[in-house]
Amino acid sequence: MKIVADAKPLRVVVDLNRCQGYAQCCYAAPDAFTLRGHEILFYDPAPPAARRGAIERAVQACPVRAISLQAGADDGETP
Amino acid sequence: MPEPAGIVMVGASLAGLRGAEALRRSGYAGPLTLVGAEPHRPYDRPPLSKHVLVGDLDADATRLPELASLHARWRLGSPAIALDRTNRTLRLADGTALAYDKLLIATGAEARSWPAETGGRLSGVFTLRGRDDAAALRAAVQARPRRVLIVGGGLIGCETASCLRDLGLAVTLVDPNPTPLAASLGTFVGGVIADCLRDAGAAFRPGTMVRAFEGDGSGRVVRARLSDGGAIEADLVIAALGATRATGWLQGAGLMADPGGVTCDAACRVLDAEGAPCPDIYAAGDVARWPIPLYGNRLVSVEHWGNAVEQAGHAARNMLARPDDQRPYQHVPAFWSSQFGINIKLVGLTAGADALAVVQGSRASRRFLAVYGRNGRSIAALSFDQARWLPAYAQAITAGGAFPPILDATDQPRIETAAPGFPPRATAPAPSRSETVHA
Repeated sequence: MKIVADAKPLRVVVDLNRCQGYAQCCYAAPDAFTLRGHEILFYDPAPPAARRGAIERAVQACPVRAISLQAGADDGETP
Repeated sequence: MPEPAGIVMVGASLAGLRGAEALRRSGYAGPLTLVGAEPHRPYDRPPLSKHVLVGDLDADATRLPELASLHARWRLGSPAIALDRTNRTLRLADGTALAYDKLLIATGAEARSWPAETGGRLSGVFTLRGRDDAAALRAAVQARPRRVLIVGGGLIGCETASCLRDLGLAVTLVDPNPTPLAASLGTFVGGVIADCLRDAGAAFRPGTMVRAFEGDGSGRVVRARLSDGGAIEADLVIAALGATRATGWLQGAGLMADPGGVTCDAACRVLDAEGAPCPDIYAAGDVARWPIPLYGNRLVSVEHWGNAVEQAGHAARNMLARPDDQRPYQHVPAFWSSQFGINIKLVGLTAGADALAVVQGSRASRRFLAVYGRNGRSIAALSFDQARWLPAYAQAITAGGAFPPILDATDQPRIETAAPGFPPRATAPAPSRSETVHA
């Protein structure tokens, strides 16, 4: 998959120190998380908003709670 | 009454962001300002030398999630250039003076660039540290250079070599040591990466030092001159020489700061030039250097993602706590990398290891877990595609467990130990009491 930042994407980051390659996120949100090789996780850090439900399921499904998702809209002033 | 100055985070990358979030989550409701040298909101660096370089991700897709409502003032695109502790004021490059009540120094590190006098300014010579670097390097890669030279076999050098071979480019990696990753993981493990490089079709040149880069009439790099008199032709160069801590702006501030970091006490408070902790200035992330009890209170700066997150959270906690409730930061360094299809993870510090044992899998299969020992204690554990075993060994390392860690397990052949093979430390121009972990 080739990933380009969307207009209003979600924001996702995985703590890869925690990630143990259980691949539960890959089942919950296969469009956003894939395993490459034996245990390299590749994920979409800026998925389209339409994937939010699947990604929230992936956040819940991770046995080591390694996935963080930006919950709300951006706040604060820009420069 | 004027509004209080509040808390200022100098540095708007991972540590600055996670520190700011921790302040808000702990109930801090006062003014909060994040100062960033780059124009971008905080973004994630690890994908830059992997997915961005190979083209799976756009550089601007790496923006980090903001995990709390920050209600922050963002001062991006203008680095801090001076600190006046007497007047509790920062000066920014755009001329702004910014008052603070408390400060978190989280300015991180900068790529060590190639000296201009030996070709560092030629076009086609790149470093890879920030988002803009990655976007520029990606564009140069898309122009299909004929021969790429990577100087330095650390994590960035190896990851970029792996990516560029995936793209089918001709790649040569040179390193002064016998194997890649020798300084961080030793040559026993580094030998596996040397094999990966060769299997991937990259040329690996161990024991090789570049003296200078030479350009053509238009100022484009065409070759590297080596110390041994040889040369390597290249039209794209990646100088992957590690990083120096971004402390230049602290010159004259009366703090213990140099290119190796800004020195903190165990509570993340920055020390002044006399060695006393400043009650209102903390540091976290790549730029911070602090004593780690697990490793004999050596002063270490840890240039890893997990440390930026944890240390910033800890510093934020102490920034809000009373002076008599400053808790020490307890951290076991850990990093990961992916290259040549292998997931590499390390827990602990390997420096000073005198033995190594492969305790799961085998080096030949490139799936293994190795433990590093020093004076009969386990000090670090490394996994190549064996990440699930790592937490068990991390616990043993934290507890100062014995080395070799497990003997005569039922499913294991007899564990044999080997020399980790660390090359002698390069003689540094200015010897320092501290060290940096940057792999």
